[in-house]
Amino acid sequence: MDQFTLNILFVGASFALYIGIAIWARAGSTSEFYAAGRGVHPVTNGMATAADWMSAASFISMAGLIAFTGYDNSSFLMGWTGGYVLLALMLAPYLRKFGKFTVPEFIGDRFYSPTARLVAVICLIVASTTYVIGQMTGVGVAFSRFLEVSNSTGLFIGAGVVFAYAVFGGMKGVTYTQVAQYCVLITAYTIPAIFISLQLTGNPIPALGLFGEHTQSGQPLLQTLDALVTDLGFNDYTGHHGNTLNMVLFTLSLMIGTAGLPHVIIRFFTVPKVADARWSAGWTLIFIALLYLTAPAVGAMARLNLITTTYEGGNIEQPIDYAARPDWMKNWEVTGLLKFEDKNGDGKIQWYNDASSNEEFNAKVEAMGWKGSELSVNRDILVLANPEIAQLPGWVIALVAAGGLAAALSTAAGLLLAISSSVAHDLFKGQLTPNISEAGELMTARVSMAIAIGVATYLGLNPPGFAAQTVALAFGLAAASIFPALMMGIFSKRINNKGAVAGMLTGLVVTLIYIFLHKGWFFIPGTNSFSDADPLLGPIKSTSFGAIGAALNFAVAYFVSNATEEPPQEIIDLVESVRIPKGAGAAQDH
Amino acid sequence: MADNSSNNEYWSANVRLIKISLVIWALVSFGFGILLRPLLKGISVGGTDLGFWFAQQGSILVFLALIFFYAWRMNSLDREHGVEE
Repeated sequence: MDQFTLNILFVGASFALYIGIAIWARAGSTSEFYAAGRGVHPVTNGMATAADWMSAASFISMAGLIAFTGYDNSSFLMGWTGGYVLLALMLAPYLRKFGKFTVPEFIGDRFYSPTARLVAVICLIVASTTYVIGQMTGVGVAFSRFLEVSNSTGLFIGAGVVFAYAVFGGMKGVTYTQVAQYCVLITAYTIPAIFISLQLTGNPIPALGLFGEHTQSGQPLLQTLDALVTDLGFNDYTGHHGNTLNMVLFTLSLMIGTAGLPHVIIRFFTVPKVADARWSAGWTLIFIALLYLTAPAVGAMARLNLITTTYEGGNIEQPIDYAARPDWMKNWEVTGLLKFEDKNGDGKIQWYNDASSNEEFNAKVEAMGWKGSELSVNRDILVLANPEIAQLPGWVIALVAAGGLAAALSTAAGLLLAISSSVAHDLFKGQLTPNISEAGELMTARVSMAIAIGVATYLGLNPPGFAAQTVALAFGLAAASIFPALMMGIFSKRINNKGAVAGMLTGLVVTLIYIFLHKGWFFIPGTNSFSDADPLLGPIKSTSFGAIGAALNFAVAYFVSNATEEPPQEIIDLVESVRIPKGAGAAQDH
Repeated sequence: MADNSSNNEYWSANVRLIKISLVIWALVSFGFGILLRPLLKGISVGGTDLGFWFAQQGSILVFLALIFFYAWRMNSLDREHGVEE
């Protein structure tokens, strides 16, 4: 059976499973649509949240970014897991106790202000929509590669599938679908990693293999890798080369953003008890850690494999002949994501750092007659190409295809649900049309979901930037706007309506402006005044600005609240009650 | 709010626990993983230093331990103060 048929078979079977589950668990009431009737076990919820959380960025992109940069990109690993500590300790149990459906509902009630609720809805829609655009871009790329169709066709197919189960299923459908998706994506990620770890280190656990011994050289794997990459003029893999302040702020932004993303927070409304919300965050992180502990191993081993397949035995003086290149290179050349250009006309592949600042190295390659690096490898193909590089069987490659799509689709669906529930529940039922019937509310939720998919698909066709940039924007915005308001709402009795609104607006607007200054206004290319290579504020890149936006949000909320009147007694009582698990009961629908 | 003083005690115990947990959280990631890495250069782990291990693996394991420790400790605090569901 050829690879294309295998891909169709695996991807098709996994989709049939997701859609089947969505139909089986179809939502009947509004409460089921948003929150699965709160009948979800913490382990099940943890698994679904993990699938919801791990998107195309985690599955397809992250290991590639780590592979090509090494230690400096550890921010992704720490940032995207460390946020769960904030979530578990500072938000999840209290929001579950509060017992409503959406994040803006909490902000509106705690800050006794429809304006606060409206501002929260705006923050939520801005952050979630940008995130969905990134996912739809990923969906398009993955579909087009594996179904061998054009990028736009792939995007339309993906949009149709997301629409089908998110719109008709609601939260309950999405929860069980996401459990299935988690199983598919973690299997798809781990199996090739185990094979490769066995090949290189003899250790079946990739996370241990990373710090193990490279069988062939008898040296520790990371030392072998450091030696190979520095031989080729690159920075050593384990060294720290970037700016320290930027690395700290970037990590912090990703952490706070994780705890502030509404589609993740909403998950903790769906467990039966406050105690379960605490456990649930832990289970979620366990399921995420299974992938995140494997990812740095995948990155390092893929980099090693890349070098040893382009240079015989990893020896810089023995580049392979282009004509004798391995099959995986031929396959990926077709997509244009891997390119070879024979600059010195010797028919061999020279892949090295031609922008090295090491004079000795530059003199050496010049003496060998090299005229620049001849191979360009897109970082995003690494995880998908990994099984091919390691010459694993065809079914593993097809499984990885299904896994990548599961990651992208599950996140897109969760985000759409968060958007639709805040539009229907917070905007229409809460403010515009308070007397709307349950059926009308469900219909509004579905229509807003369809509109959001339409917008995201359109922007996914003409993305404002790379998926990773769009995703970073979403994190920065959630960090700067939603997280501080939620945290202060629980941990301070003094923050009032005016403080919260001023804080959220400051965080959102300042962060948006900083990002637009670097990425272009509304992402229109060429309208940017600065670039991330030379940012406005010293070393602080636009992707790291979320942490500063959050600090401004806290500061403004604090000063404005202290300059204005104290919150009324019933709000102080509300904060008191949110802090105590007793009497949580079932969800209250107003 | 049947028993306000007990509730206040419960809350300060919770805040204390959160503070301790967050100090550890910051120490393993921003501390050992980034800022204090040069100080840990001497301790080698599998071909590299301890700071690298914390940045790519250790911090995640500590985060996990922190969340489960917090959940377990809070659930028993809930019972001690009679505020469990």
